[in-house]
Amino acid sequence: MASIPEIFESMSYGPAPESAGTVNAWLEERGREFGLFIGGNWKPGSGETFETLNPATGKPLARLVQASAAEVDLAVRAARKAQPEWWAIGPHARARHLYAIGRHIQKHSRFFAVLESLDNGKPIRESRDIDVPLVARHFYHHAGWAQLMEQELPGREPVGVIGQIIPWNFPLLMLAWKIAPALAMGNTVVLKPAEFTSLTALRFAELCQEIGLPPGVVNIVTGDGRTGEALVSHPDIDKIAFTGSTEVGRIIRTATAGSGKKLSLELGGKSPFIVFSDADLDSVVEGVVDAIWFNQGQVCCAGSRILVHEGVSQRLIDKLKERMETLRVGDPLDKAVDMGAIIAPVQLEKIRDLVRRGEDEGAKLWQPSWSCPRDGWFFPPTLFTEVSPAATVAQVEIFGPVVVLMTFRTPAEAVELANNTRYGLAASVWTENINLALDVAPQLKAGTVWINCTNVFDASSGFGGYRESGFGREGGREGLREYVKWAENRRGGGADVRGEQADRRSGGPRAVGRRSAKTRKAVKADEQTVRPSAGPPIRVPPIDRTAKLYIGGKQTRPDSGYSLPVLDSAGERAGEVGQGNRKDIRNAVEAAHKASEWAKTTAHGRAQVLYYLAENLAARSEEFADRLHALLGNESSGEREVELTIERIYSYAAWADKYDGAVHHTPYRNVTLAMPEPIGVLGVVCPEEWPLLGFVSTVLPGVAMGNTAVAIPSSKAPLVITDLYQVLDTSDVPGGVINIVTGVPDELARVLAAHDDVDGIWYFGSRELSAEVERLSAGNMKRTWVDLGEPREWEDPVQGAGEEFLEQATQIKNIWIPYGE
Amino acid sequence: MAENPPQSTVLTSTTAPIELQVAPRNPGLPLELEWVEEVRVNRSAVERRAATLRTRRTVKKEWQAAWLLRAITLMDLTTLAGDDTPGRVRRLCAKARQPVRRDLLETLGAEHLPIRVAAVCVYHTFITTALESLEGSGIPVAAVSTGFPAGLSPLEQRLGEIRASVAAGADEIDVVITRAHVLTENWRALYDEVRAMREACGDAHIKTILAAGELGTLRNVARASLVCMMAGADFIKTSTGKESVNATLPFGLVMARAIREYQERTEHLVGLKAAGGIRSAREALDWLTLVKDELGNRWLRPDLFRLGASALLTDIERQLEYFATGRYSAAHRHPTT
Repeated sequence: MASIPEIFESMSYGPAPESAGTVNAWLEERGREFGLFIGGNWKPGSGETFETLNPATGKPLARLVQASAAEVDLAVRAARKAQPEWWAIGPHARARHLYAIGRHIQKHSRFFAVLESLDNGKPIRESRDIDVPLVARHFYHHAGWAQLMEQELPGREPVGVIGQIIPWNFPLLMLAWKIAPALAMGNTVVLKPAEFTSLTALRFAELCQEIGLPPGVVNIVTGDGRTGEALVSHPDIDKIAFTGSTEVGRIIRTATAGSGKKLSLELGGKSPFIVFSDADLDSVVEGVVDAIWFNQGQVCCAGSRILVHEGVSQRLIDKLKERMETLRVGDPLDKAVDMGAIIAPVQLEKIRDLVRRGEDEGAKLWQPSWSCPRDGWFFPPTLFTEVSPAATVAQVEIFGPVVVLMTFRTPAEAVELANNTRYGLAASVWTENINLALDVAPQLKAGTVWINCTNVFDASSGFGGYRESGFGREGGREGLREYVKWAENRRGGGADVRGEQADRRSGGPRAVGRRSAKTRKAVKADEQTVRPSAGPPIRVPPIDRTAKLYIGGKQTRPDSGYSLPVLDSAGERAGEVGQGNRKDIRNAVEAAHKASEWAKTTAHGRAQVLYYLAENLAARSEEFADRLHALLGNESSGEREVELTIERIYSYAAWADKYDGAVHHTPYRNVTLAMPEPIGVLGVVCPEEWPLLGFVSTVLPGVAMGNTAVAIPSSKAPLVITDLYQVLDTSDVPGGVINIVTGVPDELARVLAAHDDVDGIWYFGSRELSAEVERLSAGNMKRTWVDLGEPREWEDPVQGAGEEFLEQATQIKNIWIPYGE
Repeated sequence: MAENPPQSTVLTSTTAPIELQVAPRNPGLPLELEWVEEVRVNRSAVERRAATLRTRRTVKKEWQAAWLLRAITLMDLTTLAGDDTPGRVRRLCAKARQPVRRDLLETLGAEHLPIRVAAVCVYHTFITTALESLEGSGIPVAAVSTGFPAGLSPLEQRLGEIRASVAAGADEIDVVITRAHVLTENWRALYDEVRAMREACGDAHIKTILAAGELGTLRNVARASLVCMMAGADFIKTSTGKESVNATLPFGLVMARAIREYQERTEHLVGLKAAGGIRSAREALDWLTLVKDELGNRWLRPDLFRLGASALLTDIERQLEYFATGRYSAAHRHPTT
C-alpha cells in the first residue's frame, strides 16, 4: 500500500471499498441457496438448480432454483387465489402495504444496493444513489395511486394475475416498475427475475413477508427463459409485462397472440443523443458519460448514437477523449468507480464481437490509455467515430459501453438520422435554444425525450417505447393503464341481447343482428360474396355504379381489376365495390404516410374538419339512411344510425382539442411534459355491424388525435362507406388522412398486420383473426387493439366511444425540460 | 464461496510525481468578444455534474490523510474581519508555519513533507505584520485590495491601493471586480479594469475575485472568468467570502471549465481559488476532486489552486488525528489561530 508521502505527491485515488460483510452474512445464513417464493412461503426447488455469479470476480454467489412449468403453475394458482381478496381489501389498505414496502426498501437501502452491485456488477454509487432511491420512490408514488384509484380511474378494475419478466440490467428497479403499479391497481403478480440477477428479488420476497403482505400477492419464481416461457404460456395469466430484448419481446408477442392476455413490452433501443452547435459542450460530455457509461452501457435507453453538428464535432470528440481518460473502471463495490463489470461472459463476448465488426466496417475506434481489470468481466469505455449510418455499430443495440458518433448539418437532418432506426425508446437533445429544443422534441420517434439531460427517471413519468422498442408505459398515470381494464359492468347487456331484434317503431335502444362471439367466424379469404342478412324489401332502387377505393383523397380503381357484388337485404344485387388487394393496401399506407402533416395541424383545425364532416353528413342524412335501410333492411334503422353517427362525429370533433397531456411532478427543477402523440398510420378493420356508425367509431378517434388511417369498411354494407367519399371530399378532410380499401376484410387485415410501415392496427371481427393480427404484428411490434370476437354495443356511448379509444389512438411521449439560467 | 471482489482492481492512468513548480504567468490576450459571446453554460447540467462529482469520488484512509495534507498546502489562511489586530495576524502566521501538530505528522509518517499553507491573506493594514511574522518561512503574503469587498471606490483609488500593497511587500493581490460590468455585460469595461489592475500589480500575482454569488447566472460567471483571464489574471477566485452565496461547487465547476478552455486555446495556465464558506475537510476534498477531475493533477499545486479559508484548518487537523489514532478528535486539541 502506498505511503502517505507518496500519495501526497501523486494525488492518486485509492481503494474505497463498500463492505459486503452484512450481505455475505445474509447469504451464508441462507446457506447460499434459495427456493421459490410462492403463496407467501419459500418452496425448495424440485429439480434443476443453477448458480448466480458475481460479475466482478466470476465466482458464485448462491444457488437458485430453475422453476419448472409445474412450479410456475403453483405460483400462478397462488396469485389467482390471492387476487380477489387483494382487490377486496380496498384502496387504502393496498396503499398502506405499498407504503410499507417503500419504507422497508428505504430502511434497508444500503443492503439492497450492496446486494445489487454484487450480483449485477454495477457500481455501488449507482445502485446506492440511483437504483434503490428510485425503487423506494416508485413504491411511495404508487402507494398514492392505490389510494386514489377509485377517484382517478373510475370505471376500471384490476386485470387480474400478472406475469412479469424482468431483465438483469436494473434488477430491483425493474421489479419495482413492474410490481408497484400492478399491486396498486389490485392485481397479484408472478415475477421472474433474470437468471443472472435474482438475488435482490429474493430479498424483496423476504421483505414482503416482513411487512405482512398477504400471501400470494407477490410470487417470485427464478429461472431462465424456460421459466419465462412457462409463465408466458400459462393459460391463467391475464397479462404479461416484459422488459428485455426486442427479440424476446417478439416471441412473447407471437406467443400471446389471440390469448386475450394484455401485454406491455419495454424492449431495446438505439437512442440518439443529439448535440447542436449552441450546446454547452462540457455539459454535453458529462451527458454522454451519463448516457452510455452509466451501468456499463447496459441500459435499454442508453444514448448510444451521438449525432453532433458537424461544426463542433471535432471539439466534442477531443473533449470526450479527454474525459474518457479520467473514467474509472473497476470493483463495483468501490465507491469511486464509474463503471463496474459486464453482466456475464456471453454479454462481454457480444460486445467484443460488435466492436470488432465496427472496426472491420471501417469505423474508427478509440479507447482510453488505461486498461481494465482482468479478474472479472470488464470492458473499457469505447468511442467510434467516422461511423456511417449503415454501419452495424450504428444500427444494432450493443448493450455495452460503446458509443458511435455521427455528424449532421441541419436540424432536419438531425431528426432524420435520429429517427433512422427501428427503435424508439428515448432521445436526448442538447441545445441552449429552447425554440430548437421544442421544435425537435416532438419530431423524434421516442417515448422519452430528454432536453439537456439524459437517463433521468421518475415514478411519476411514464417510460416506454415507440416502434420496436415496445408498447405500454411504466410510471405515471399513463403507466397505470397497463394494469387496469375497463370494468366488465360497463359492457351493458350480454351476448344474449345482441342477437335480438328490437322493435324499430319503438325507437328504443336496439341491438343489431350480430353474430355472437361464439358463432362469429373468420371470413375465409376465398369467400367472395358479401351477404347481408335477410330483411324487408328495398326502398330505393339499386344504384348502377361501381364504387372505387379511396386512396390519397382520390377514388382509384382496385389493382386487382375485380369487383365484389354487394347484396341488399333482399338478396338482390345493390351494387359493387372494388376488391382491394395487398397492392391497394400498400398504396393506401403510402398515401397515409404522405398525409402525416395531419398530425401537425392544430387540434382546433382537426376539430373543425370533423365538425364540418358531421355537418355535411347531416345534409345528406336521408340518403344515407335510405342506403342503410336498403342494404340492411330490418337490421338497421337507417335514420337512427345516421343520427348516432353524426353525434359520434361530434364527440370526436369535441375530443380533438381536449384530450391533452399533463405536466408530471418529477422531483427535479424541471417540467416533464406528458404529451399524447398520434401513433402514426393506423390500419382499422371496422366492425361488420353498424356499417356507418362502426366506421366512424373506429376511424375517427385516431383521426381526431392526428393519426392517418387505412380503413377496411364493413363488408356488409360497404356502399354506405363508398358513398362517404364525397362527404369526406367536401368536408376538407385532406387527401390521405382517411384511406378506404374495400374488399374481404380479414384478408386485408392480414396484409395490414404484416405491413411493417403500419404503426398500429385495430381489428374488430373474429377471434381467430384477432389472434392472427396480433401474431403478424410482431414483425414491427406495431400497436394492436383487437376485440377477440367479442362485439361491442357501438350505439352505447360508453362502449362505443370515449377515452378507451383515445388511449388506443395515442402514445405518451414524456419530454423532460430542466430549466434555470 | 464468494468473497469480496479483489481489492485495488481500479487501474487508471498513472501520474508521475509533479515537481514543485511555478506556472509561468498568464500574459492575457486582447479581448475577444466573439469568444465571450459564444460561452454556453447549462445550469441544470452543471448542477448535476457538481452534485455527482462528490458522489463519484471519495478518498479513504491513507489517501484521505495525504489529500488533507495536500489541502493544507493549498490553503490561503485568511483573516479578513473588522476586528483584526496585529496580535491576531501574528497568531495566524504562526499557525501558517506549523499548521499541523508535529506529533501528528510523525504518526502519519509525514514529518518530512513540506506541510505549510500556501499563503496568508490579510487586509493591506496587516501586510507588514504578516511579513515580519512569516519571515524566513517562504510563505507569501496576500492582500485583499481594490475596495474589498464591494470594490466600488474610484478606480484610481483602487489602483493606488494595489500599488501601496505591492510596495508594502505583498506577493499576491486579491482584487475584486466591478460586478456592474458583468451584470450590464460591459465586457470591455471589465477587461480594461482588470488589465489596469494587473499592471498595477507589477510582479505580484493577481487573483481576480468574481463574487460569483452576485453575478446572477452561471453563464455570467463563465464569461466573467474568461474576460478576467484575457485581461491577465493569474488566478480567478470565486468569492470574497462576504456574499450571501460564496464558493459553491457549481461556481467552481464553471470556472474550472473556463480555465480549461482558456488553456486549450491559449496554452496559458490560470489558477483557481475557492474562497468563502469552506469549513469542513469533506468540502475541501470535494474541491480537490473537482480540480483533479476537471483540470488534472497539475492543478493540485499551490501555483494553480488555492482554498481560501480560516476555520477549515481545524477540521482538517481533527480528521487527521482521527485517522492517526482511530479516535474522533476535538477542536481544542489543536492549536488555534
